Amino acid sequence: MNYGISDNPRHVGLELGYLRTLQCVEATLDMDQKTLKKLVESISNTVKNFKKSEVECLVRLFHSLVERANVRLNNLGLDRNAFGAILHSVFGMTDDMLMNRVFFVFDKDHNNRINVKECVKGLSVFLRGTFEEKLKFCFEVYYLNGDGYICREEIFDMLKNSLHQQSSEENDEGIKELVDITLKKMDYDNDGKISFADFEKAVREERLLLEVFGPCLPEAKNCIDFEALAFRHILNSSF
Amino acid sequence: MKEDTSTVNILDKVTKGEDSENEIKMKIARLLSQLDLHLLNHYLKHISLEISLNPTSVKNDIEMLKNFSGKGEQTVLESISYTSDYEFSNGCRAPPWRQIHGEICYVLVKPHDVETLCVTCSAEGVFLNGGKTDNEGEINYERKGEIYKDLVTFLKEKSAKFSENMSKQEKRFSDEKEKKEPTNEPPEKEEAAPVQKALTGSGKRTLEKNQINFGKSQMTKRLEPSLSWKATVRFKEYRSLLRDPQEEKHRRRPERSGPPVKPGRAQLVRKSNEKIEEIISESSSESEEGEEPLDRQEANADLPSEYWQIQKLVKYLKGGNQTATVIALCSMKDFNLAQETCQLAIRDVGGLEVLINLLDTDEVKCKIGSLKILKEISHNPQIRRNIVDLGGLPVMVNTLDSPHKSLKCLAAETIANVAKFRRARQAVRRYGGITKLVALLDCGKSSAEPAQSSLYDARDVEVARCGALALWSCSKSYTNKEAIRKAGGIPLLARLLKTSHENMLIPVVGTLQECASEENYRAAIKAERIIENLVKNLNSENEQLQEHCAMAIYQCAEDKETRDLVRLHGGLKRLASLLDNTDNKERLAAVTGAIWKCSISKENVTKFREYKAIETLVGLLTDQPEEVLVNVVGALGECCQDYENRVLVRKCGGIPPLVNLLVGVNQALLVNVTKAVGACAVEPESMMIIDRLDGVRLLWSLLKNPHPEVKASAAWALCPCIQNTKDAGEMVRSFVGGLELVVNLLKSDNKEVLASVCAAITNIANDQENLAVITDRGVVPLLSKLANTNNDKLRRHLAEAISRCCMWGRNRVAFGEYKAVAPLVHYLKSDDPNVHRATAQALYQLSEDADNCVTIHENGAVKLLLDMVGSTDQDLQEAAAGCISNIRRLALATEKARYT
Repeated sequence: MNYGISDNPRHVGLELGYLRTLQCVEATLDMDQKTLKKLVESISNTVKNFKKSEVECLVRLFHSLVERANVRLNNLGLDRNAFGAILHSVFGMTDDMLMNRVFFVFDKDHNNRINVKECVKGLSVFLRGTFEEKLKFCFEVYYLNGDGYICREEIFDMLKNSLHQQSSEENDEGIKELVDITLKKMDYDNDGKISFADFEKAVREERLLLEVFGPCLPEAKNCIDFEALAFRHILNSSF
Repeated sequence: MKEDTSTVNILDKVTKGEDSENEIKMKIARLLSQLDLHLLNHYLKHISLEISLNPTSVKNDIEMLKNFSGKGEQTVLESISYTSDYEFSNGCRAPPWRQIHGEICYVLVKPHDVETLCVTCSAEGVFLNGGKTDNEGEINYERKGEIYKDLVTFLKEKSAKFSENMSKQEKRFSDEKEKKEPTNEPPEKEEAAPVQKALTGSGKRTLEKNQINFGKSQMTKRLEPSLSWKATVRFKEYRSLLRDPQEEKHRRRPERSGPPVKPGRAQLVRKSNEKIEEIISESSSESEEGEEPLDRQEANADLPSEYWQIQKLVKYLKGGNQTATVIALCSMKDFNLAQETCQLAIRDVGGLEVLINLLDTDEVKCKIGSLKILKEISHNPQIRRNIVDLGGLPVMVNTLDSPHKSLKCLAAETIANVAKFRRARQAVRRYGGITKLVALLDCGKSSAEPAQSSLYDARDVEVARCGALALWSCSKSYTNKEAIRKAGGIPLLARLLKTSHENMLIPVVGTLQECASEENYRAAIKAERIIENLVKNLNSENEQLQEHCAMAIYQCAEDKETRDLVRLHGGLKRLASLLDNTDNKERLAAVTGAIWKCSISKENVTKFREYKAIETLVGLLTDQPEEVLVNVVGALGECCQDYENRVLVRKCGGIPPLVNLLVGVNQALLVNVTKAVGACAVEPESMMIIDRLDGVRLLWSLLKNPHPEVKASAAWALCPCIQNTKDAGEMVRSFVGGLELVVNLLKSDNKEVLASVCAAITNIANDQENLAVITDRGVVPLLSKLANTNNDKLRRHLAEAISRCCMWGRNRVAFGEYKAVAPLVHYLKSDDPNVHRATAQALYQLSEDADNCVTIHENGAVKLLLDMVGSTDQDLQEAAAGCISNIRRLALATEKARYT
């Protein structure tokens, strides 16, 4: 399995470009008003964290992003690279592997495209998620292979880059011990892997363990900045 | 001499080589070294022609100053000497490699008013050098000050005393100079020089060294330029300039930090205040530190498994990225951090440094994790010190600015733990922590707005709670109390006090209680209507909160208005009811303290009687710790000023335990006990009990107590005892040496003691026989000596004692002889009516003697006395009139005598 986006077309201008996209949401009004309304209505029924007007903003934003990212692909949604670029530039994430994992969690129907519903749903966790939602989200990011457990190998994989400046042998040894430490701490039922129950218990005890295997949620500051930009429209009109 | 040795070295090396080349090499080497020396000497000669100062003139200057140096005020200098006794042929004393720089010699000068100066005399002029370095008496040749044209000018700049004395002797000096000028070398020098020249090189060296060592011992302190001659103000500026680098040093090595020297009047008070604190806080933790080596050794003997595990985790903290660090931190938190082995293990494997460094990063999660650990382990006094030494406080103070509330809370809580000793508190203040902590209290503001969600509210309250907690720790320093007040802390605390979050109220009240020891805090507390809320919180169920509220009331109730407020808000009843629970001694001490201070007001005493507090207090006279007893007895002493309460105390059997407490050693307790016993003794029936229990003897023996307060209190208590005992005279006489003891106390210099002893003497003198004894003991001259005083309390009791003592023998005349009469007349100008009465009575007694009459009249008493005849106070009227009539009668008699 190779989750890395080695051919990620990241360059300096990218970040600025995305931010500019955010700023000209209003410009993309070429969508059919009726379809839009319907879409917003249906999303609003499933995503409770946003108001309708906010959903509308996000939908518009999504479309402008999709248009920008891949015009050729018939507006199906965001692919892995485009999504990774957004995570990086808007939410300040840096770890490629984790960004991939976040992509898979966003992509509920596993078609390697994030459509508008998936995007809004994912953002609702990012921006307004309750503790339980975030807990579930993080666990999904970490367990990945679908069996419902985070196993020793997966932990090793996620932690393998967490030590600085060591030879690969020492590094492996160190990581192994670190995995043992985490398992000792979080594997309450001693089955050598972390179940959701284990994870929840550990995180409830110590909030710091929510993103225990690497940052997969945006920082509060980035969220505030994003909301301020995306919902700027509503904020302004409400005054 | 350097050249010689180097030549020898070269020669040594050369001789080791092959024979054939040896000679040539040797020759070349010798030639080279000769050339070297030659060039050097030539160069020296050359430059010595150009210089403005030359060895001769410098030498003359120094010899001249030597002649005027020595002990005494008139000399210009205390001492002046060369650093080296060896003089080169060119007259220089500096080593050749320094002579190249034009330096001639180095001189140690000790002026009268400044530190020893180490001075370089060079061709360019005279300047201060870096002084002696520590190793081998070497001199630091670096120039440290301005260049002056010669030694005298230099010293005039450096030493005020020198320039003053110099100007006096200027003329003589210049004369001397002229005289000496022709002879190039002073005679003294000529004696010394040949001796030295005869010595071998090494000999010279040792001599040189000795000389330097000698000089060193003279310079006990590091050489320091001083500007004190300019003006004291300038000097202070200079000191304050110096302070900054010193403080820098303290930051790095805080071990040595002491209270910074601050000019100003408040300094003394503050210093002593902090000193006491230092003693308290340091002594407590020092005893703990004394145990440290033992503990450590035990720990080293078999290192617990935790030690290795923690070491491993610290390794991850050091070498891991954010994810690994957070895992390691969380895992470390699972150890029992309350256990000393774990705390010390973290420190010993270098974990403290890493934890503190993490606070300096931008990683919020790491910071939170680190603070969670620091918060726990900082309960350990050793760790606290280590944290401060590692510079943990400034980063924590900076963390208080973080937008993350949980981070703020943790930082404040950790500061609260660390700031348990003076140096830490000082550091918090110095890094601006007080202002930031006070700002945390402001978070509660939004809780007043109903729109905020409850979760948000709870977190704000938590921030405020942690801020108050830290302030509570910090408020144990006087300067910090001031800083909190200046940062606007009092209104914020007052506002927080109105909320109902119990766990926040404790630190808030704790801070207030700590600060209420200061006068201006009490004023502010009154202004902010804090008492009302203190009383309200007294009704809380939380024992700790009750304790601190009671403590705060105790501190604040020094003031009558506050005592009334406590009553008006219904606090007295609650205080009385809290007396029933005696298990929590700290709380009991605080509650009884509050009752004591409140009972200073009469109205409050009435209330306490109503609430049956007196009976309960009497019950607390036995089996209680001293801090409770002090307050209980203090309260009873106040209550017993009322007749009904005195009866009540007697009926409850309060007198025997009170008398029993007279044998204690606690000063505060003895002051209160004597007062209470004295209050009870006003009642003849109670007095009988006291007498039966030998209480009067116990009181009398307390006159020998070293503390003046106890002495005075005992003497006051004796007064009612003597008044209300039947055969008081007999009883007093039965105390062997008792009367002499009392009379000798008149030699005390404490006004309160004097006043109380005067009062006791008044009572003793009621008995003629005793009056005779104290007269024999010289009471009259001692009382007369006290007459010149401005203290109204002393005046009153002194006048009473004098008037009573007049009743015996020729004491009236004696008071006149000892010149007690004239000052007494001036008492009539006092504002205190009690003083007037006592004085008028004394003057009446004294006026029975004709000479005294004249003195009284001469000092203009008649007019003053005439006014007092019109007073509403009958005793005063009578005494004044009697005195006037005596004077008048004398005048008539004189007139009669003249005409017959």
